[in-house]
Amino acid sequence: MIFQDSKTLLEVHGLCATVNGIEILKGMELTVRYGEVHAIMGPNGSGKSTFSKVLAGHPSYQVTDGTVLFGGQNLLDLAPDARARAGVFLGFQYPIEIPGVANSQFLRLAYNTMQAQHGKDELDPLEFDDFVREKMKLLEMNPDFLDRSVNEGFSGGEKKRNEILQMALLAPRLAILDETDSGLDIDALRVVAGGVNQLANKDNAIILVTHYQRLLNYIKPDYVHVMESGRIIKTGGKDLAVELETRGYDWVSAENKAGAVVPA
Amino acid sequence: MSTVLQNLVNQPYKHGFVTDIESDVAPKGLNEDTIRLISTKKNEPEWLLEFRLKAYQKWLTMEEPVWPNVHYPKIDFQAISYYSAPKPKKTLASMDEVDPELLKTFEKLGVPMNERAKLAGVAVDVIFDSVSVATTYKAKLAEVGIIFCSISEAVHQHPDLIKQYLGSVVPVGDNYYAALNSAVFTDGSFCYIPKGVKCPMDLSTYFRINTQESGQFERTLIVAEAGASVSYLEGCTAPKFDTNQLHAAVVELVALDNADIKYSTVQNWYAGDEKGVGGIYNFVTKRGLCKGVSSRISWTQVETGSAITWKYPSCVLRGDNSVGEFYSVALTNHYQQADTGTKMMHIGKNTRSTIVSKGISAGHSNNSYRGLVRIAPSATGARNHSQCDSMLIGDQCGANTFPYIQVSNPGAQVEHEASTSKIGEDQLFYFAQRGIGAEEAISMIINGFCKDVFQQLPMEFAVEATKLLGLKLEGSVG
Repeated sequence: MIFQDSKTLLEVHGLCATVNGIEILKGMELTVRYGEVHAIMGPNGSGKSTFSKVLAGHPSYQVTDGTVLFGGQNLLDLAPDARARAGVFLGFQYPIEIPGVANSQFLRLAYNTMQAQHGKDELDPLEFDDFVREKMKLLEMNPDFLDRSVNEGFSGGEKKRNEILQMALLAPRLAILDETDSGLDIDALRVVAGGVNQLANKDNAIILVTHYQRLLNYIKPDYVHVMESGRIIKTGGKDLAVELETRGYDWVSAENKAGAVVPA
Repeated sequence: MSTVLQNLVNQPYKHGFVTDIESDVAPKGLNEDTIRLISTKKNEPEWLLEFRLKAYQKWLTMEEPVWPNVHYPKIDFQAISYYSAPKPKKTLASMDEVDPELLKTFEKLGVPMNERAKLAGVAVDVIFDSVSVATTYKAKLAEVGIIFCSISEAVHQHPDLIKQYLGSVVPVGDNYYAALNSAVFTDGSFCYIPKGVKCPMDLSTYFRINTQESGQFERTLIVAEAGASVSYLEGCTAPKFDTNQLHAAVVELVALDNADIKYSTVQNWYAGDEKGVGGIYNFVTKRGLCKGVSSRISWTQVETGSAITWKYPSCVLRGDNSVGEFYSVALTNHYQQADTGTKMMHIGKNTRSTIVSKGISAGHSNNSYRGLVRIAPSATGARNHSQCDSMLIGDQCGANTFPYIQVSNPGAQVEHEASTSKIGEDQLFYFAQRGIGAEEAISMIINGFCKDVFQQLPMEFAVEATKLLGLKLEGSVG
């Protein structure tokens, strides 16, 4: 939701990044204020996922130019774990499996790391168990999840729920959800989107990276951005997503090439 | 390999110091005279000298094994000193009489010897460069008839037991290193649990190699009479030296009817530096004989040290319904090489064995599992389950599995499972994205990976093992 006089949370300016020497991001511009929900859409290969990973500090990507300010702090100076502790959360498109590590153990370590960061008390295993079970209800998750290895043998839908559960536990200031809708059936999509909606408030912001409009039926974005060739070429309100769904991406691209003004 | 991964494995060896104690060192080289010297120094009876000389004659006819998947320059057995003992003083009645230098060494190592040992309820038979210095809790154990002393002492005090069992599980000519050990062993531990006695505490021995270039050849013998049970802990550290040190121990276990022996090892000898210079050659023969019906022998090992490890703690399941177990974590880093595993020889009816092996390779190391499951024609109803998992950290290391399965009884059930996984950049990034640093992440992944083995360790050993793995990998990610 757009709030009057809301402070800027994220400011991306002229961001360029490469992977294996190939330039993927070519001058990203984006400003996100507290309380807002932004959707970044675009065809495959436009750089959407790269943008998410670069913000989170994935080691395979090299930033070659530009700045990223997060809450006024230079985000690019921070190691990936420090970015997470500063409040940047990435919901993975393909959550990683960690055999042998119990989900409960992993979630508790992540939660306590964040608590320590904020100078708050850490929870022991029993306290945490009560706490996490409460959060799991939000996502209609079976408590069995806690005993299984992190993401190992999880279905696509279970993995995505587990991501949003982590978002609920860590309460990030900025949640970047990378293709959270991919691999979800309609029921799972409803539950996951419902979870995200409950977590959204005036003290955080959400960037939804998505290929399809259908997620946006459940989570209403304040802004919709279209990416092509490593930068944003069009920005609009939620109606833009609907238009993209019916007309595809080509017209935006054509409009852009024809020299239409790129909105700031 | 990411720089994160590269830096985690570079923790200098913390136990690198030399205790300044006068040592009584034999001249280098091996011949019959050396063996006679050892035997004389130890004031041994004639039959033991004969045992040694027989082993030596066997050894002369044998060849160093070349089949392990390890590589090292040829060992010059004539360049090794085969005997080294702290200057003998009188036999010690209490800890107060122990050389303060020695005590300081143990302090540096964090060995729970006096107060800590008592608090932990552990009796420590301390081996220091091959000669037992002090044995605690002996009196308490003696109350229930348990003998726990050095092999040298047992040779004099309990010659019949030693004569009966020494070399009964690992014959003098069993293999090259066992023959060498049988010829030149200097000391070790002897443990005898009489009929029906459950040992009231975990028995523990700390081994430590101290004199540079003195090969250490311990000999351990544990006998559990019918219905007896014992848990034995072996833990090791060694000071830092640049030249390689040979270590060829022999451990023999004998379990009679319904007896139960649990043997746990945490091995952290000097592994060489990050370039692969120095470190211990650990060529060990460990074997248990389930001689009686329904007996059980369980080996648990956490191997993190040594430049080269060549070790196959085995079970000969002769008694009907006997059980053999092998739980192993082997971690190699830098240029360490390990070729380790087990042998389960099923002879009796309805014998069962379980093998769980976890190999972790980091740096430029090479880690091989080698295991034999043999079901003899007589072993009707025998069952085995083996699980061998390997984990790779980084992309410069290697992991191999060499399972040998020989089944000569059609009714036997043998299962083998194996897996290989890798701690990848993506896993570490996933942890990082949840605020968790690389070292903590690796420690969590490794502990999860080794869980099935750590569960088998006695409590305080499990804690030590968990810390040790963390320590060994510290600095390899950063």
